[in-house]
Amino acid sequence: MQVLRLVRGRLLAALPGIVGVVLVAFALNRVLPGDPAAYFAGPSATREAVEEIRVQLGLDRSIAEQLGLYVRDLARGDLGRSLTTGQPVLADLLARLPASLELTLFGLALALAVALPLGIAAALKPGSWTDHAGRVLSTLGAALPLFFTGLLFVYVFYYLLGWAPAPLGRLDSLWSPPATITGMYLMDAALAGNWSLLGASARQLALPALTLAIVAIAPLTRMTRASMLAVLSSDFVRTARASGLSFRTVVWVYALRNALLPVLTSLGMVFSFLLGAGVVVEKVFAWPGVGSYALEAVIAADYAPVQGFVLLMAMVFVLLNLAIDLAYGLVDPRIRIEA
Amino acid sequence: MAVALLSAGSALAQSRAETILVIVEQGPNSLDIHGLGANFGAYQASWNLYDRLISFGSKTLPDGSRSYDYTVIRPELAESWEVSPDGLAITFRLRKDARFHDGARVTAHDVKWSLDRAIAIGGFPAVQMRAGSLEKPEQFSVVDDHTVRVTLPRRDKLALPNLAVPVPVIINSTLAKKHATEKDPWAAEWLKQNPAGGGAYRLESWKPGQETVYVRFDDWKSGPRPAIRRVVVREVPAAGSRRALLERGDADITLDLPPKDFNELKSQGKLGVFGFPAENTFFYVGMSAKHQPFANVKVRQAIAHVLPYERIYQAAMFGRGVQLQVPVASNTPGYEPALWTYRTDVARAKALLAEAGHPNGFETALSFNLGVATVVEPAALLVQEALAQIGIKATINKITGANWRGALAKKELPIFIDVFGGWHNYPEYYFFWGYHGQNSLFNTSSYQNAEMDKLIDQARFETDPRRYADQVRGFVRIAVADVPKIPLFQPTLDAAMQKSVTGFQYWFHRQLDFRTLARQ
Repeated sequence: MQVLRLVRGRLLAALPGIVGVVLVAFALNRVLPGDPAAYFAGPSATREAVEEIRVQLGLDRSIAEQLGLYVRDLARGDLGRSLTTGQPVLADLLARLPASLELTLFGLALALAVALPLGIAAALKPGSWTDHAGRVLSTLGAALPLFFTGLLFVYVFYYLLGWAPAPLGRLDSLWSPPATITGMYLMDAALAGNWSLLGASARQLALPALTLAIVAIAPLTRMTRASMLAVLSSDFVRTARASGLSFRTVVWVYALRNALLPVLTSLGMVFSFLLGAGVVVEKVFAWPGVGSYALEAVIAADYAPVQGFVLLMAMVFVLLNLAIDLAYGLVDPRIRIEA
Repeated sequence: MAVALLSAGSALAQSRAETILVIVEQGPNSLDIHGLGANFGAYQASWNLYDRLISFGSKTLPDGSRSYDYTVIRPELAESWEVSPDGLAITFRLRKDARFHDGARVTAHDVKWSLDRAIAIGGFPAVQMRAGSLEKPEQFSVVDDHTVRVTLPRRDKLALPNLAVPVPVIINSTLAKKHATEKDPWAAEWLKQNPAGGGAYRLESWKPGQETVYVRFDDWKSGPRPAIRRVVVREVPAAGSRRALLERGDADITLDLPPKDFNELKSQGKLGVFGFPAENTFFYVGMSAKHQPFANVKVRQAIAHVLPYERIYQAAMFGRGVQLQVPVASNTPGYEPALWTYRTDVARAKALLAEAGHPNGFETALSFNLGVATVVEPAALLVQEALAQIGIKATINKITGANWRGALAKKELPIFIDVFGGWHNYPEYYFFWGYHGQNSLFNTSSYQNAEMDKLIDQARFETDPRRYADQVRGFVRIAVADVPKIPLFQPTLDAAMQKSVTGFQYWFHRQLDFRTLARQ
């Protein structure tokens, strides 16, 4: 009950923020230079054709009028239509969000699987070779631009070695996607019990997720290491050690659990960062996610998808922060978050 | 599991033999070429999903590659046609066996509805129809179920070929009308998502932004049966990934790579690389004839005297395309390189600039479209460097794709690099858009010259070949002397494909025609 109240309270509190985001996104789009009418009129349009398109798009109306129409449509759940893909924005986003989420979650899981043990090992023996190796790895991950690692991976693992499948999106054209339940192919294939399809999707996912994970490893390792170091030198760990508890219990039960809170915080930040950074990875691997969709729309000055994307991201962030706050309570029962 | 893998494996082998995997940078945003803002991907989809009344023939070039043939018009849905002696009426007789994808017969009523639509729907399709004097729906009349007459307000040599360009597609009007509404009489909303054609390929599936799958329409009667059963067009946004896919043999053909990649692939020799100089198209340095300092013809001539043409061509095109100096593409009638009068000569350029009252040069901004930066940016840097030699300090002004058209339309840019191409391969067609005082969007320099306008207008409707040649030479001479645009080079339409893929054909609309493709 208390959790439900908390969730409801938090969602209500987020509403003004989301309204603000909608307004800012709307205004920003209009302030930016660029003329969608001229762009979509095509390379051989006359001035009259451009004006005709401007009227059809409703861009000849005043900004206030345009905003009014936008809000009215929004209230009906209509996010408008993308001119770049020709589809309703809502349908586009719903089809693409699972792809982005799947990629980001998988990438984050990979990063965690490396960063947590590495950070803990580094904290247990500061100055050791593991510590240095961790530092080198995270520096590299933070320093290499994503498009570079992405193309490098394609070059090495696909082009030279042939281990990875072709960077052609979520599935080889031979396969048809699983029936949509969550929209995430791995999960849907598992739910349908189609293991070979699961394997095919996992193979497509591996390289882009790895590329994304490389970036996430750096902050997560550093945060785990710093937080573990602080906790390991605290009084209660010394007491636990002095009480003769096993190394394992001290590290995993006492130290790690307490060290996880800051890691969880940075996890939230890294997740949101990855969702954005994914644009580049989506481009390199032809991954049909929301990031590259929004980028295309920005380049084309296609207002509706950009606004839809910003709104979607705002909602994802609200939900993400809520999830992290709820997770705090699980990790550390002393924390009570008031609605 | 083993069984699943095995069947997947044999399905793969089978589908590979009959399927062509095309990779593109951007796919269609609509399946209706008449639609608002239809992009090049939409042109490709429409070209293959729909038939037109007529089409162009094809020819084999000296190097063995294939091109469409502008001089030959061949039947598509029309099995024959007749031009009246005064040239003011064309009567088309439709093939009686032609069907749309849903099985309905193609009738004259469909043709009338479709051509009416191209004009009545406005915007780009209407503009393109007007280029062939097709201006009002009343010009199309149904004679009987299989005969259509097109009447013309004037004799126009573009009237017939203009019915073979991508715009005048023949739509299944019975099907489309079911989805028309009072607000949307031409079913634009529905046709955007759903094809209603009778072309050689029908649509199997379309995932916008990802993949479009086409399957051969086995009842197609308008030409020889295509060899490829299934065409998958996948969107791969990163050029590096497209090249890797092609080199690894996972993709069959692409038209979308930078010139540098095509050049390297060609020298490696593992793939078939095709390059055909795109007709009636060239990149140029444009200067505003309306605003100082470039409004002074001496300033423009000075710049024509200082550009390093050969270096610009090499840096931008890596040896692909054709270096060009007259404002007529190398494979367009009227191409006479001897008409160009400028040689790279810094002293002469400085003298001209001094005569124009700028002995110490001036400051300006050189603009280009970021959307074509791979080609234009190296050229822009060389132009900037050359301008500095005569004291002109040019800052580079990069404009994103969405803003470029708008920036050009304002006609305020002092100096810029752009490209324009015309579908019909006639110099006066290019000049009508690019130089004529009607001041279309493509007369980017706002150039005005009554004498030139007269020559262009005469050439458009001239029937005597000698007089026509003189008119063309006349306006090209003026364009060289007044030099509102300095031609740089003609780009190629490039395609790279597996050696097993044959039948690629160059088209003026620069889209891939699936019908001629085959796999050995």
